[in-house]
Amino acid sequence: MRAAVVTFPGSNCDRDLRVAMEAVFGRPVKSLWHAETELPPLDLVGLPGGFSYGDYLRCGAIAARSPIMTEIARLARRGVAVLGICNGFQILTEAGLLPGALVRNMRLSFVCRPVPIEVATSASPFTADYRPGQRIALPVAHHDGNYVLEPAELARLEDEDRIAFRYLDNPNGSTADIAGVLNAERNVLGMMPHPERACDPLLGGSDGAGLFRSLLAALT
Amino acid sequence: MAPEITPELLAEHGLSPSEYERIREILGREPRPVELGIFSVMWSEHCSYKSSRIHLRKFPTEAPWVVCGPGENAGVVDIGDGQVAVFKMESHNHPSFIEPYQGAATGVGGILRDVFTMGARPVAILDALRFGAPEHPKTRHLLAGVVAGIGGYGNCVGVPTVGGETGFHRAYNGNILVNAMCVGVAEKDRLFYARAAGVGNPVVYVGARTGRDGIHGATMASAEFREDAEAKRPTVQVGDPFLEKLLIEACLELMAGDCIVAIQDMGAAGLTSSSFEMAARGGTGIELDLDAVPLREANMSAYEIMLSESQERMLMVLARGREAEARAVFEKWELDFAVIGRVTDSGRMVVRHHGQVVADVPVEPVSGGSPVYDRPWRLPDPPVPFISDDQTVHLGPREVLLRLLSCPDLACKRWIWEQYDHSVMADTVAGPGGDAAVVRVHGTGKGLALTIDCTPRYCRADPRMGGRQAVAEAYRNLVAVGARPLAITDCLNFGSPERPEIMGQFVGCIEGMAEACRTLAFPVVSGNVSLYNETDAQAILPTPEVGGLGLIEDLSKRTGLAFDADGLLLLLIGEVTGWLGQSVFQREILGREEGAPPPVDLLLEKRHADFVAGQIAAGRVCACHDLSDGGLAVAMAEMCLASGRGGRLSVPAEAPSLFGWLYGEDQARYLLAVAPEHVHGLLEEATAAGVIAREVGVTGGDALIIDGVPPISLEELRRCHEGWLPSWMDD
Repeated sequence: MRAAVVTFPGSNCDRDLRVAMEAVFGRPVKSLWHAETELPPLDLVGLPGGFSYGDYLRCGAIAARSPIMTEIARLARRGVAVLGICNGFQILTEAGLLPGALVRNMRLSFVCRPVPIEVATSASPFTADYRPGQRIALPVAHHDGNYVLEPAELARLEDEDRIAFRYLDNPNGSTADIAGVLNAERNVLGMMPHPERACDPLLGGSDGAGLFRSLLAALT
Repeated sequence: MAPEITPELLAEHGLSPSEYERIREILGREPRPVELGIFSVMWSEHCSYKSSRIHLRKFPTEAPWVVCGPGENAGVVDIGDGQVAVFKMESHNHPSFIEPYQGAATGVGGILRDVFTMGARPVAILDALRFGAPEHPKTRHLLAGVVAGIGGYGNCVGVPTVGGETGFHRAYNGNILVNAMCVGVAEKDRLFYARAAGVGNPVVYVGARTGRDGIHGATMASAEFREDAEAKRPTVQVGDPFLEKLLIEACLELMAGDCIVAIQDMGAAGLTSSSFEMAARGGTGIELDLDAVPLREANMSAYEIMLSESQERMLMVLARGREAEARAVFEKWELDFAVIGRVTDSGRMVVRHHGQVVADVPVEPVSGGSPVYDRPWRLPDPPVPFISDDQTVHLGPREVLLRLLSCPDLACKRWIWEQYDHSVMADTVAGPGGDAAVVRVHGTGKGLALTIDCTPRYCRADPRMGGRQAVAEAYRNLVAVGARPLAITDCLNFGSPERPEIMGQFVGCIEGMAEACRTLAFPVVSGNVSLYNETDAQAILPTPEVGGLGLIEDLSKRTGLAFDADGLLLLLIGEVTGWLGQSVFQREILGREEGAPPPVDLLLEKRHADFVAGQIAAGRVCACHDLSDGGLAVAMAEMCLASGRGGRLSVPAEAPSLFGWLYGEDQARYLLAVAPEHVHGLLEEATAAGVIAREVGVTGGDALIIDGVPPISLEELRRCHEGWLPSWMDD
C-alpha cells in the first residue's frame, strides 16, 4: 500500500488523516505539497479537510486549480484510489472529479457533531469492510456541506449505486441525505463526515476505521 | 511641521499632564508625533498595567513544575517526558462589543499567536463569554456575532475549541466580555523567547501586510465606553485566519531549525510594542527602517505604521547570515518577509522613515518605566448571610429544577459549541459540556485537562471570597476529570480603576485568588488585565476568569460526568449547610441577588480534592461531577443527561431545608458514582481522612426521581436544558 496525503495552504486535517491511515495500514504515509507536479507511484491519495485558501472564492475552488490536481486527475483516470474528506470532497467537486456541489449548510451555521450514518453501498474499495445498510457514527465539522445536484444526476447516482453514505439525521440539508459519493469508476470517493476522527475508542468511536481497513484490503 | 502639543492632543492620546511631563523628562525635549504615539500605547493601561501592577505581584507564580511564569508571551509548565504546556488567556472585550464577529475572531487570533510565538503548536482553544440580559435588544446580535467570529477563526486555523463558559447578566448590557484562552504543546528544550540579542542581527517582519486597521486599539481598550461606542469601529482589527494558519505552519517549520534568536507577535500596539518588548527583555536597542515594512495601503505615515494593529504579523530577530534560509520558508507559505532593522547595543529605539529619524527614544524608560499607580480602593461592606425559608417558595422542587436547568446561565450551550470544530486534530477526548475538557497530548497516552471558571455574582458580593471561589472551582473541575491541577492563567475583567469601589473589587479578587493559588499549589503563570469595562459609568460585575490546566498521566484513568451503569451509588463529598445566598436559586426563583456568597474554606477544598483524586486513582469512581451553580440537584440532572440514564436522589431527614439541600451552593463538594462493592472502602477512607461523604442516591431508570417529587423523565429534562438557547436565538 503506497499512500499519500496532500497538503494545500490552509489544509488542517492532513496530519489527522495521515495518522489514521498509518495506524491501519501499518506503514508510513507520504505527505505531498500542493505545488508538486511529479508524484511517486501511489495506490491511494487523500485530500484532507480544512480551509484550503481560506475558503476564498468558493470552498475548494482555488485548491482545485493547484498544480498537483492535474496529476491527481491523471492518477484517478488510471484507477488510483482518491479519497476526499470534507474540504477534500469540495475540491473534488470543484475539480470535476465528482458530480454536484457543496453549498452553505441549510441552517447557515457551522456544525460540528457526531452524526448517525448509513453505509449505502459496500461495493467500493472504500466501503467493502462495512455491511450494506450498516449504521455507523462519524463526526461532521463543516460550514458548506450541503450537497446539491441536478435531479438527473441524482437518478444516475442512485441507478449506479454510487451513493456511499447517507445521513440518518441530515445535519446540513444535503439532497437525498447524501453524505458521500463515488465516481462512475468507483475509485474516487468524496464525503463530508470525518472517518479519520473516528478511529480510536478514546475519541468516542472507531467506526471510521472500517473505511481504511477496506482500502488496505482492496489495494494490497 | 509637527502639530503643537495641546491638552486636547494629549487627551486624544490618553496621556495625563503628569505623564506628559515625565515624557519630557525622559527625552529632554518635546516628543515628536511618532514618539507621542509610542508613549501613548506603551503607557496605556492595556500595555503597561499601570493600575494593576502592584497588586499582580501578590500572585504566587512559582512551583517546581513551572518552567516560565508571567512576563513572557505565555506561561509554561512541565508535563513530563521533555514536554511542556504553554498557555494564556486574553480579553478582547471592547472590540467585540463594537464589532462582534471581528472582535471575537481577532481575539482568538491574538491568543493563538501568543502561544505559537513560544514554539508551541496550539492544541486547544477555550472561551469565557459574558453577555447582557437576554431581553436586552443587543444581546442576541452580539452573541451570534461573537460565536460566529470565534468559530470562523478557530475552525479555519484547525485548532479545536474544546470548552469555556457563557453567562448572562444585565451588568454586561453595555460591555460584553470575550476572553479567549489557548493551550499549546512544545518540547521543553525548544522554547522560544522574545529577547532580542546579538548586535547586528537582523530584525525581520513576517506575515500579513500592515494596513490602517486597529490604530490606537490599545488606547481604546484602556478607556471606558460612552454612548458613541460604535463610532470607534475603525479601531477594530480585521482577522484573516487563513493567513494565521500559514503563519503557524511557517513559524513552526522555521523553529525546527536554529536561525531564530527571538520572536514576538505583533499584538496590541503592533510594531511598537513588539519591538520595544523584544529590546527591553534583551537589554538591547533596535533600529527600524519603516520604508522596508510591507504595506497594504500606499502613503501610510510613520505614525500609522508604528501604531497599526493589523493582524497575523510577527517580528523576529534572526541569527546573522540566516536570512535566506528563513526567507525560503516564508516564501513557500506565500507570506511576506522583510528585513526591517537591526539589533544595536545603544539601548535606544531609533525609527527612520523616508530617510528621516521619526523617533529616537530610550527603550527601558518607555517599556519598564511607565507610571505605576497605587490607586485608592475600598472594599464593599461585608455582606450579611441570607436566611431563607422554604415557605416563601411558591414552586415545587420539580418546577424549580426545570426552571433552573433552562435559565440562561445553566441552560445547555450546545447551540454555541456545535458551531466550533471541537474534534479537529483528532485528540479531543472530552469536548465541551463536562467539568473540564480533555485533550490528548498527541502521540502519547497522557492528556491535558482544561477549564475556565468564575462566578461574578460571588465576586461582587464579596470580592475576596469570589476570587478564592474562581480558583477553587477551576481546581475542582480539573480534579473531577482525574487530572492533577498544575497552574492557571487569568483574565481579570473589571470596571474603571479610577473608582475606589471598582479598585476594591480588583484588589479583593486578586487577594482571594492569591490565597487560593497558594493553598492549592496552583500558581499563576500568565494572564491579562482588562479594566475600564464600563459604559456611561455602569461597570460590569467583577469577573476574574480563571483558566486552569491539569495533567492526566494515564488517559485510561480519567473520569467524566457520565455513569455507564444502573445501580451505582451516588456519594456526596462535602458539607451541606444549604447555602442559598448569591445562589442561582435565589436569583432565578426568589428574584433576589443578595447576601454573602458561600464561604470557601481552602484547606477543606484541598482535603476534599486530594481525597477525590485518590479515589479516582484507585479506580473506585465511575463518574464524578463538581458541584457549583445550582447545587446538588442540578449536578445530578447534568450527570443523568450526560449518561442518558436516570437516577434517584434522596432528601435526608437531617437536610437543613429542602431547597437548601437540593440547590444550595456550598463549596468543596463533588458528586461521585461508585459501584456498590467499592462504597464501603471509600466511606472508610473518607472517615479516616476527615472527609464528609454520604450516600445520596442511586443510578438507573429513565427518569430523575427526587424523594417525594414526581419523576422527571430524561426527555423532559433534556427539552428544558437544551431548548432555551436555540429557541431564544430563533425568536
